Amino acid sequence: MYLSRDEEAVYRGDRGETLRRMMEILVALGDIYGAERLVQVKSVQIAGVSYKNIGDAGLEWISDLEGEVVVPSILNPAGMDLYCWRDMGISEQFASKQQEIIEAYRRLGVTVDCTCTPYQIYDDLAQRDDHLAWSESSAVSYANSVIGARSNREGGPSALAAALIGKTALYGYHLDINRQPSHIIEVKAELASSDYGALGFLVGREVGDGVPLFRLRSTPSRDELKALGAAMAASGSVALYYVDGVTPGPPVPPGSAADHDECERIGIEKEEIEAVYGESRGADVDIVALGCPHCSREELERIADLLAGQRVQKEMWVCTARKIRDSCPELVERIESSGARIFCDTCMVVSPATEGFGRMMVNSGKALVYLPGLGGVDAAFGSLEECIDVALGRRR
Amino acid sequence: MREVPCHKVASGFASGPALTTRMAISFLGNVDPRTGMVVDPGHELYGQKISGKVLIFPGGKGSTVGSYVIYQLKKRGLAPAAMINLRSEPIVAVGAIISGIPLVDRVPADLLQVKNGSFIEVDSDRERVRIRTFQNDPAL
Repeated sequence: MYLSRDEEAVYRGDRGETLRRMMEILVALGDIYGAERLVQVKSVQIAGVSYKNIGDAGLEWISDLEGEVVVPSILNPAGMDLYCWRDMGISEQFASKQQEIIEAYRRLGVTVDCTCTPYQIYDDLAQRDDHLAWSESSAVSYANSVIGARSNREGGPSALAAALIGKTALYGYHLDINRQPSHIIEVKAELASSDYGALGFLVGREVGDGVPLFRLRSTPSRDELKALGAAMAASGSVALYYVDGVTPGPPVPPGSAADHDECERIGIEKEEIEAVYGESRGADVDIVALGCPHCSREELERIADLLAGQRVQKEMWVCTARKIRDSCPELVERIESSGARIFCDTCMVVSPATEGFGRMMVNSGKALVYLPGLGGVDAAFGSLEECIDVALGRRR
Repeated sequence: MREVPCHKVASGFASGPALTTRMAISFLGNVDPRTGMVVDPGHELYGQKISGKVLIFPGGKGSTVGSYVIYQLKKRGLAPAAMINLRSEPIVAVGAIISGIPLVDRVPADLLQVKNGSFIEVDSDRERVRIRTFQNDPAL
């Protein structure tokens, strides 16, 4: 891999041991994936935040690092709400380790917003054609697909390396050649709301790490695209997709027509989408959890409208970014006066609090994939409206 | 003595007795970070201690948390002295780098057949692996 003179100097260790190792990470990954050189990144989003996931091993590593990030860098969700963790049933011991992890990142100059939807709180982290080093699979998918930026799915250490060096290796989704569609997905139904999560759940399993191009009969909102990409990144490892006429289109290789003749074609029928919802739906649910990925302000508004002064009969959690919560105190009041709780900095997929429940109802195709693997929590899938009906005790 | 070329992944020089397996290793789950023992009964190295060894295996697999497990082993003095892969993947590569453990890959595939206990030197910066054979070595 080609390194500039400055990059060579860092690689040799002229700027200290931490940066030497960070550069070694970038070069090793570049070699593994055949990168020709490094490229500047606009921003970094770092995974490896929840103490549940990285444990003492990860905490030790981050705490030992010396240095300061050189590009805007923010965090993935943590294992708990950093303030209201007691209300989630988190132990003192877990909370203190989690706080240590957050402090270790803060010391490196990382902005300690813990969210899987950085694009919902900061506009300037990612714009079209920006190179990024983001980690969280749904955030990477959104950045690549909806924003038209360029990011691979970084692991915790490689994201932190990119944050401290300001660069990443130029391979994978940074290059036009890897941004061509591999599958054409014809959806023969009008979709709305959580149908997009269900669609993503199905398509991710079919296409694996492919790049699907959707032809839809309905026009998804940004929140629906967020749900679609999140589910595909969980049931498969899709990091980039296209929706004809909605998202930025694929790069057109010079001298070739954009007819996608070589793509595999898959048709999705309405019945297949409906089958994802299953038959049991709300039966035996002991908690309803919304906000995977983190709710936007518009989604909080919708939840507040549906709750409309009623009381929930079951535990109900709504997960969002702290900056979003802080921006709309009136919505928070309307939601929490129902007895539902808004938790920030975390979600049902990364918090150990989830393990205390038997059956969780979600409107997220991503959560539907991950919950059964997390401490044996059973998952039920429904639309937002169904989830809230179950929470209110109007539906079983 | 046999010397083979390799490709540097994580820098450094180290030596020690070989411990080889034809199976990929998932450091999260296969290896106990508190003891350095391979604890997965389904793994060829089950019951073996990787600490201080030159660990020769095809490559890593599994959770990316495996990188941090390697770091934890190193901090407790339980890490392998060096590692050799046929083809490194990001989990082991990153784990070795953050831990300062020499790691090389792209070695001839027959290195996986080196007898356990053979003395191996890994010179990552010069991209060379040396396999020392001793006349009276019972391991050979």
